[in-house]
This record gives sequence, C-alpha cells and structure tokens, in this order.
Amino acid sequence: MQKIKLTNKTIFNIACVAIVVILLGYLQATEIENSYAITIIERSCIYAVAAVSMNLMIGFTGQFSLGTAGFMCLGAYITGIFTMPIEIRDQVYYLYGMASFIHNIQVPLVVALLISGVIGAIIAFLIGWPVLRLKSDYLAIANLGFSEIVRAVLGWDGLGKITNASYGLSNIPAFSSIFQAVIICGVCIALMLLMINSSYGRAFKAIRDDDIAAEAMGINLFKIKQLAFVVSSFFATVAGGLMAVFLRSAATSTFTVALTYNILLMVVIGGIGSVSGSVLGAFLITAGQEWLRFLDKEYYIGSFKVPFTRTGFRMVIFSVLLMLFVLFWNKGIMGSKEFSFDWFKNIYKSIKRRIRRKKNV
Amino acid sequence: MTISYFFQQLLNGLSLGGAYALIAIGYTMVYGILRMINFAHGDVFMMAGYFAIYSMAAFPWQLSLPIVIIGTIVLGVVIERIAYKPLRTAPRMSVMISAIGVSYFLENLANYLYTAMPQSYPQIDILKQIHTFGDITVSRVTIIAPIITIVLTFLLMTLVNHTKLGMAMRACSKDQDTARIMGIKVDRVITMTFVIGCGLAAIGSILYFTDRNTVQPYSGSLPGLKCFVAAVLGGIGSIPGAMVGGFIVGISQIAITAAGYSVFSDAFTFVLLIFILIIRPTGIFGEKATDKV
Repeated sequence: MQKIKLTNKTIFNIACVAIVVILLGYLQATEIENSYAITIIERSCIYAVAAVSMNLMIGFTGQFSLGTAGFMCLGAYITGIFTMPIEIRDQVYYLYGMASFIHNIQVPLVVALLISGVIGAIIAFLIGWPVLRLKSDYLAIANLGFSEIVRAVLGWDGLGKITNASYGLSNIPAFSSIFQAVIICGVCIALMLLMINSSYGRAFKAIRDDDIAAEAMGINLFKIKQLAFVVSSFFATVAGGLMAVFLRSAATSTFTVALTYNILLMVVIGGIGSVSGSVLGAFLITAGQEWLRFLDKEYYIGSFKVPFTRTGFRMVIFSVLLMLFVLFWNKGIMGSKEFSFDWFKNIYKSIKRRIRRKKNV
Repeated sequence: MTISYFFQQLLNGLSLGGAYALIAIGYTMVYGILRMINFAHGDVFMMAGYFAIYSMAAFPWQLSLPIVIIGTIVLGVVIERIAYKPLRTAPRMSVMISAIGVSYFLENLANYLYTAMPQSYPQIDILKQIHTFGDITVSRVTIIAPIITIVLTFLLMTLVNHTKLGMAMRACSKDQDTARIMGIKVDRVITMTFVIGCGLAAIGSILYFTDRNTVQPYSGSLPGLKCFVAAVLGGIGSIPGAMVGGFIVGISQIAITAAGYSVFSDAFTFVLLIFILIIRPTGIFGEKATDKV
C-alpha cells in the first residue's frame, strides 16, 4: 500500500474539488433561480458519460462503433421501469397494463442503473460476438443498425406490457439533487479512466495503433475488443438511464441516429483518445447550443430586420462551426492528451522565464 | 391473401426498391473509390426532394426535372470539394466523421430554410396516372421506377466497363497512387463519381417522393442508411450488386409492412445487414479482398 503523500498537487486537486462542490452547493441552494444552469450541467454530465464511453471504443480501441444511442435507449427504458413509483404505474400503463412480474419492483436509482448497465453489457456481449469480427465501416453501420433494431423492439406493441410501446415511459422520479447526478457521472467516468490506465487499457491502445502487431505480441484481439465493447456499452446504457431520469421520461424518439452523431461530434471536438477532451466536448457542445440561442430570435433595428436570424439558424451556424473543427482541427481540442494542472504550471514557468530574461537584458 | 394483393405489394416493393437501388449505386461508387461511407448521401437525396418542390413551383416539369438533377449534382460536387477533398490523406475515420458533419449540416440547413414541417411533394401528372390491371391499381411511377432503374444501371455498367472514364474509375478504385502515376487525374475521376452518384440520387428522389407525397428535413437519413445496407448486401463496390441489393431491401420492407409488422420494417433491413455480414461479408456480388500487412 502506498502512503498518500501530501504534495502540492494533491492539495491543489482537493482544493479544485472543494471549489466545484461549493459551486454546485450554491447552485443547489438557489435551485429556483438557477434551474437553467442546473439543467445544462446535468445534461452535460450525462453526455460526458456517453461521450467517454464512445471514446473508449473509437479513441482507445480504434473500433468505429456507432451503437451508443441504441444502448442509451435500452438503459432509459430499464431504468425507467425500475424507478417509476408503483402507485403511478397503472396510470402510465393505462393502455396495456403493466406485466405483473415487474409491477411491484421498485429499486433505488443506483441499483436500477446497475441493472440496466449489466443488461446492456450482456446484450453487448451477445451482439459483439458476430459484429466485432467486422472491420471499421461495417462495424459502424452494423452498430447503427443494431441501435435502430433496439428502438424498433422497444417501440413494438408486443412488448407493451413491459415497455408501454410507442407511448413511452413518463413520471420517472428526477434526480434528488444536482450532486446525485454529478457524482454518479463522475464515478462512471473515473471507472472508465481506471480501465484505460490499466493493462487492459494498454491492450486497447495496442489494438488501436496496430492490430496485427498487437496480435503478434500475444493480445487476444477478439477478447480485448469484446471487453472494450462490453465496458463501453455498460456505461452507454447507464448514461441512457441517467438521461431518462434527467428528462423524467423515456421514449424511443429521443434516441435516434442523430443522438449518436451528436455524441460522436462531442468526442471529435474534444479529441479522439482523450477522456478529459470528451468531457470538455460534452460541456462545450451542450453549453454552446445554449449560447448560440440568440441566433434563433428575430431582431429589428428600427424597421430594419437583421437578416438570417430566425428559428433554426442557430443549428446551421453550430453545424458550420463543427465542420470547421472537423476540417481544420481534426485532432480536437485536446488531441490525445489528457488535461492536467501541470500545463498551467508550465505556462506560469515559461512566463516567469520570459520576464526574467527581459530583466537580464 | 389473394393473388392480386400479392402482385400489388410486389409492384410497390419493386418501385421502392428501384428508388433505393439508384441511391445505393451512389454509395457503392463512392465507397469503391474513396473507401468511405458517404453518410451525407441520404441528405443529398433529401435536398433533391426540396429542389423539386421549389423548381416545380416555378417551371413546368419538363424543365424542372433537369434543374433538380443539375442542382443535386452541383450540391454533391461542392460537398466533395469542401468536405472530403482536404481530407484525402487523412485517416479514413476523419473522412467518415466529416461526412457525418455534412449530413448534420444539411439536415439543419433544410430545417432552417424549409422549416421542419413536412412539405407536400409536387405531383407530376404523367407519373401519377393510375393504371388498372384487373384488381390491381397502380400509379405509373410504380411501374416506371424499376424499368428506369434497370435501364440506368445498364447504361452505367456500359460506362464503367467500356469507356475510358470507366477504366479510370476502375483503376482508381484498385489503387489510387498507381492510377495517378499512370497519368489518371484522380481528382477528376472522383468528381465524376460524385456527379454520377448524385445524378442518380436525384432521379431516385423523384421516384421515391412522388410515391410518398411529403418531404421533411429528416426524410433522407433513414432511407440513406438503408441504401447503404443495400449496397453492402449486393457487395460494396459492385454496381449490379447495389441494384439487386436495393430491390431486395425495397421488397422486404414492403413485405414486412404488408405482413402487419410495420414497426419492424426499418429494423428488418438492419437484421438483414447483420445476417449477410456474418454469412457472406463481401455481399452477393462482392469480390474477396485480403488485407496486406
């Protein structure tokens, strides 16, 4: 067991966490005035989990998998089913009537998330068996297809007694506080980070960089790919569950291919192969869509109407910005580096060095 | 189920399949040369639908059909120039991400320019005439669609197999660098590929939307994916394969809907995809390729 040393760095990290906690505490205390900010933070955190889980496949294992929305959809339904208050179930399932074997099961949120994660992982294990033998583009399209299949199955009225078919689930209890959302997301991301930094993570990266060389080094390609896929799907499913809690409802129409693309763009903007990049990307894209909201309004200067701004213009500008990113900065903000406070230290040092040089002159 | 019902559905399936086949050819040709899934192709097809709405409002159909086709071709070539050409040497994944970005952009642009409300597709009288054979009533477009598809595929095959441009295309899809050394202008060949692919997508869009009556910004994304599946089914890179794949996907979609499982009509296409990828990853007409270290 290593002794925990109290270096400057640990103190600094603890201070940062404390600042975040205080900020969140402030937001929580003034919940009514700041509900908008809380919504954005919660949404960003959930997207961050989904983005990191996608990055685990795309950025670290090099498998272009686009099935995130399907797993999220699955997670949303399972979590919704297990957390919905029992007394309200008959009302939500008024058309089909809820199947009796799940009618009286209600579990705490964390347990429900775990259940959905495990089911997602099992399904990933099963479909990974045929699908992961495919190469890049085929894998992408097969997983896209899988997520469409999941949506169709969950929306099928044959399963109406369980999933409420196309009516979806509603009245799912919300997060008890912003802390609950942030902590669950933080734990998920931390777990994935641990995975990436373990020997398995190194195997992932070996496959990404050169799968044939990795195989020659004794890595069981298929097993490791499947492991990455199962872990990634576990967290994507959990992210879906969190999404359902955040939206307080679950419907197949939320989890379309467009959602997968959205998360993919977060991963790309943040940097393929960087966990902190994906988190940053998730926050930037979620917040960016809100910041650009002014473009959706119509403005008049006197009787002159400002051209172009009207509903939908925001997303056009937003997608142009994304395209510029993809074309001219395709490494993303972080590239494949991770965020660390040493950067600031280095910047500080270099500034100090420059000042000193000036003094010497 | 009566015989006439069966034939009615079969005709519908063939008509839908014809439209799918024309779009699938665009996918298969781009994939053959650039080795990328052109995710934006489905949205180009959707834009062609809007072009038709606006040109048909101003011009008679004889004039507006060429306008639609030319407009779509210009759009496709511009996309290739702006979004794919700068990434020629980048890893394949970046090009694919760029294609997804373009698709995202086109959907948002359509949403902005034409609003999210479904707009009704103009009716071309000559395509909409109703024919009756015994119990079966079909509009003319349903009969014409498969015929147009087969004729166009045949013409395209002739182009690819018996002209200089076709030879250049085949050379580029085998090995771009060597093709360049042999004096083939690779960029021009790629542009021509997009011209042909988008032209066919425009024709496909006319056939598809005439039967379906409305266009909305997202009406291209799912058919686009299905057409890619069709291309994979037939063997990616193979033009007759794309046609056969398109017909299979179209007919099976109509069959599933007619059997009363319309919820699964989209999902079934992907089941088909996963199935074919397990059994025969190179598709029906595909050639076997080996990876070199």
